[in-house]
Amino acid sequence: MKTEIIDTIKKDFQENILEESISYNEIYLTVKKESIVKLCDRIYYHFDLPLVSIFATDERNINGFFKIHYVFSIDKNDAFIILRINVDGKNPGYPSITYKIAAANWYEREMQDMFGLVPQGHPDPRRLMNFEDWPDGVHPLRKDFDIRTKPPRVNGEYIYRHVDGEGVYEIPVGPVHAGVIEPGHFRFSVAGEPIINLEIRHFYTHKGVEKLFENISIDKAVFLSERISGDNSVAHAVAFCQAMEKIAGVNVPPRARFIRTILLELERIYNHLGDIAGIATDVAFAFGAAHANKLKEEVLQLNERVTGSRMLRGMNAIGGVRRDIGDKKDEILQKLSIIQRDFRKLMENFTSTPSLMDRIETTGRIYPDTAKGLHVVGPSGRASGLDRDTRRDHPYAAYPEFNFKVPVLKAGDVLSRTIVRADEICESVALIEQALWALPERETRVNVEKIPDGHAFGYTESPRGETIYWVRTIGNRIDRCKVRDPSFCNWLAIEYAVLDNIVPDFPIINKSLSLSYSGNDM
Amino acid sequence: MTVEDEIEIMGQRMNDKIRKIFGRSLHIREVDAGSCNACEVEVNSLSNPIYDIERFGLHIVASPRHADMLLVTGSVTRNMELALLKTYNATPSPKLVAAMGSCACNGGIFGETYASGGGVDKFIPVDVYIPGCPPRPQAVIFGIMVVLDKLEQKIGKKEV
Repeated sequence: MKTEIIDTIKKDFQENILEESISYNEIYLTVKKESIVKLCDRIYYHFDLPLVSIFATDERNINGFFKIHYVFSIDKNDAFIILRINVDGKNPGYPSITYKIAAANWYEREMQDMFGLVPQGHPDPRRLMNFEDWPDGVHPLRKDFDIRTKPPRVNGEYIYRHVDGEGVYEIPVGPVHAGVIEPGHFRFSVAGEPIINLEIRHFYTHKGVEKLFENISIDKAVFLSERISGDNSVAHAVAFCQAMEKIAGVNVPPRARFIRTILLELERIYNHLGDIAGIATDVAFAFGAAHANKLKEEVLQLNERVTGSRMLRGMNAIGGVRRDIGDKKDEILQKLSIIQRDFRKLMENFTSTPSLMDRIETTGRIYPDTAKGLHVVGPSGRASGLDRDTRRDHPYAAYPEFNFKVPVLKAGDVLSRTIVRADEICESVALIEQALWALPERETRVNVEKIPDGHAFGYTESPRGETIYWVRTIGNRIDRCKVRDPSFCNWLAIEYAVLDNIVPDFPIINKSLSLSYSGNDM
Repeated sequence: MTVEDEIEIMGQRMNDKIRKIFGRSLHIREVDAGSCNACEVEVNSLSNPIYDIERFGLHIVASPRHADMLLVTGSVTRNMELALLKTYNATPSPKLVAAMGSCACNGGIFGETYASGGGVDKFIPVDVYIPGCPPRPQAVIFGIMVVLDKLEQKIGKKEV
């Protein structure tokens, strides 16, 4: 693949490039460690490519190095450019890029905990995934760490950012919350009602998923990917399967691609309905909440009738889908048209209820430059003017064959996030209709016996945004699987969204960003 | 039979049982000890207008101190272990514990690793296991009916 931008980058970096390889739409450039800050800075600011992921691999048993991958997305050309640096296994330090590119913050802290790679010059080098009771020098994703090890608990303390001043006090919330939500800790510093500072602390539900991928068979790995973020089961499973299919060089049958698209959109509909219901609940608009929850339940029941699982689980497999849903066409079409009609009425009701609009308009604003700097993805990013959608920019499944709009708004408040979701629901219904009417004939799955050695990206647009997998296989086993859930990017945005808002508005802002704790913590 | 009919029949039976034992609602505190959030989706579904479990005497409360029963999901991660124990200790006796979902029952797909504990019963006593990934709302209601029988036995023993 040849594109202008890649040639320019290569010419620009000439003396710093050690090695170059291209597979599929992924361009890997191994560069000198010392030059990484300069190169990332140039790609990010000059070429204006978003940093979508950073991850490490442990290759000490092959060449004595850790490798760090910086992944940038070239949305215009459906390509990824990956800068790689080698970090000495015995002296694992490398220059941090966080002070230049804010979006790198958590990735570098994650690698510090998981691989023991020290980002030199990181502005906030505290622990992230390993809590204070985790012993020093133990790093789970290193190859010499056995997954069943249970490191002893040690004494330690986590130091929160502290805000001082007259009348400033702290409100600690969580990890066990009052509502039925996942665990996470929030620490508000407030004076009166407005929030001066919010610090989030997560990774309570860290289950060691990436390590687990390396220790289970490939068949089972599909099920594991479905359970990374429960309500985004399909998006995760499809992303994982696509990465594996890319490695295996398998062409998924058209019918399977169409069915995947239908499932992905069904998932988007029920998630967005749930989020809209949540926003209505949190502003005490009980009628709207009940109505939206009822619609969500109807989609869940439809899911169950169509696939056997309310969360659409167990449908995806490497090489296609396990079950044909062609015979349920009429039922899906009929149900969705009723749901869409009711949903339109509901949204009219929403926008004509002043008590609701008053609470959500201008609440929890994420300004476009903040969103861009933190790499906010999905509906939250699109509500802040970031015109990115994996379905359009990196087409997969059957999306290239359909027409759909990507709604983008600029205000970045709760209202625009609600409207983006509402518009996306209508687009999703239209997509499902297109897919069902054009459903190609024949088989739904090709058999994939053995996965050759290789590595590849798999990506989907989950209801929360861009979901990226990078998988490397060796000997029909997974050697490394990096999962980048959209919530991992979006969580930090909440610290900015709540500023100057009042504490009672926090639940609405949180709900409107629709963040997964499990997908983030893994 | 539609879902609504199923719920109506199960719900009425549960309602009678709860009224007989408590003379009020059964108060439930949900604790996520490291689930993938699918179980939370289903617990939230229980409160939607289709199931509306509140009308059958199931009330989800905000604090463990108000709860008769803990509904625990997830395989109990290393980082949630302490929070789960504190929640359990904060719940007044006689308390019931339901392990909801495959992860809570035995660790599920996450199993027992450096980060995952491998089931709720390794940390606190469990009265009823509700398998499923995630269990359907009907399964949760059934599980709660089973645990109510157990409570009847527990109370009965004390009187003897």
